[in-house]
Amino acid sequence: MSVRGKAFIAGAYEHPLRTIPNRTVQQVHAEVAAGALADAGLSFSDVDAYFCAGDAPGFGALSMAEYLGLQLTHIDNTETGGSSYLLHVQHAAEAIAAGHCHVALITLAGLPRSSGAGIGGAGRFGSAPEVSFENFFGLSIVAGYAMAARRHMYEFGTTSEQLAEIKVAAASHAQHNPNAFLQNAVTVEEVLQSKMVADPLHMLDCCVVTDGGGALVVVSPEVARKLSRQSVPVLGTGFAAKHVNNGRIDLTHTGAVVSGPRAFAEAGLSPRDIRYASIYDSFTITVLATLEDLGFCEKGKGGEFVSNGALQAPFGKLPFNTDGGGLCNNHPSNRGGITKVIEAVRQLRNEAHPAVQVPNCQFALAHGTGGNLATRMGSATLILGQEV
Amino acid sequence: MSFLPLADVEINNETQPFWDALHNNTLLLPHCTSCTSVVWYPRAHCPVCFSTELQWEEMSGRGTIYSYSIVAKGNGRWKESGPYVVAYVELAEGPRILTNIVGVAPSEVHINMPVHAVFDTGDDGRVLLRFTAAS
Ligand SMILES: [Zn+2]
Repeated sequence: MSVRGKAFIAGAYEHPLRTIPNRTVQQVHAEVAAGALADAGLSFSDVDAYFCAGDAPGFGALSMAEYLGLQLTHIDNTETGGSSYLLHVQHAAEAIAAGHCHVALITLAGLPRSSGAGIGGAGRFGSAPEVSFENFFGLSIVAGYAMAARRHMYEFGTTSEQLAEIKVAAASHAQHNPNAFLQNAVTVEEVLQSKMVADPLHMLDCCVVTDGGGALVVVSPEVARKLSRQSVPVLGTGFAAKHVNNGRIDLTHTGAVVSGPRAFAEAGLSPRDIRYASIYDSFTITVLATLEDLGFCEKGKGGEFVSNGALQAPFGKLPFNTDGGGLCNNHPSNRGGITKVIEAVRQLRNEAHPAVQVPNCQFALAHGTGGNLATRMGSATLILGQEV
Repeated sequence: MSFLPLADVEINNETQPFWDALHNNTLLLPHCTSCTSVVWYPRAHCPVCFSTELQWEEMSGRGTIYSYSIVAKGNGRWKESGPYVVAYVELAEGPRILTNIVGVAPSEVHINMPVHAVFDTGDDGRVLLRFTAAS
């Protein structure tokens, strides 16, 4: 069964704040839910399916359904870190295609900035079987991505300057986003001169730590037709779970090697059809490896690809993260997945900031990477289009 | 041996022989008698062929660095430990395992560097598997 054209993103909302003191996490979930429903022209009473991940408090979707006051016929707690919300869109599309629901609400919210969490957050390890073999070596989230970057440099000659170009492009876009946490342009030199966190990754290779959240409303074609707001069809979806594979991990590849081709096949499109891409940017290396694995350039040539202004909106070869991304704008709850979809929706609706709006943006891609490049990750790819 | 923090690992019936062996300065890993895979991390079945016919086997303790990072400043109990080296060491027997490189200046560490096992034991009996430059 393909979900192509069987579900539409009708509402998208990003919380405007990046520091939110004196509010509960569930309260922020409710605020972004209200925002996305208002954007779609729907109300809480229209929702019959609800999706959330590990950032939701308590008993996941059941606790939240009760808190929000939703009456539901379908819920989903799928947790794959920062890629959860992209996978939720896939699951919502599948549930709608199967007739289980008509209006699916997806929310993310978190307050890591106000609670003093570091880059990447504390993680939720519990008593997972791998814990005693990984977690006692001072492996910070950054150090994991740093090992992936180091290996990429070794195998392909990628440089710190090339990684810095990714931050430079994101920062140039963030200048036009009045809500972005960091709104200043930066140079390659400034990235290289920023504090080394975990060699070879500098402070400016890392995403921001922000409070906030976002929400999406995914609806059936029948509901979409009745709404006056322009909605965005889901054309292709792909997911892959990549793990250490019995200690034979390859640090240079992400799960996008699998999720990308699946999404393109479902959409009947190829990388050259994509006019705008939201690429998960927990760190600069996340973007580089993902661009290669999605087929936007040859494996190992990502450094070259990003060095010639390819990521710059609006006229680069592949404008990316025009909201400033997780590197500059927002990485709520230490997981930016939902903001990737929200900016892709803005581009397809022609509602990105005029300075970064991609002309004739017919097809967009959004990709999420949850977990850690150095251990296990959930990779989720969405291909979205314009309503016809 | 090193000055990096030791930890209270969680030991269960699947992993007890691994930790017991470390106390005896030995690296034991499960070896699949069905498909010959060396299993990492230790568990009661082979994740390659799903056989439960595993045998504990002594490893050489030799390997090379697959990748690494020099962490400037760690979190929590690692706050005062930096700079320290987190690495993936590829054992001669195949598995790439997360560890620390100790007893060598971080600036000396490089990919492909030959290393050997260090059974880093505290006064309280806690032990972790780390690696140092092969002599
Ligand atoms: Zn086997």
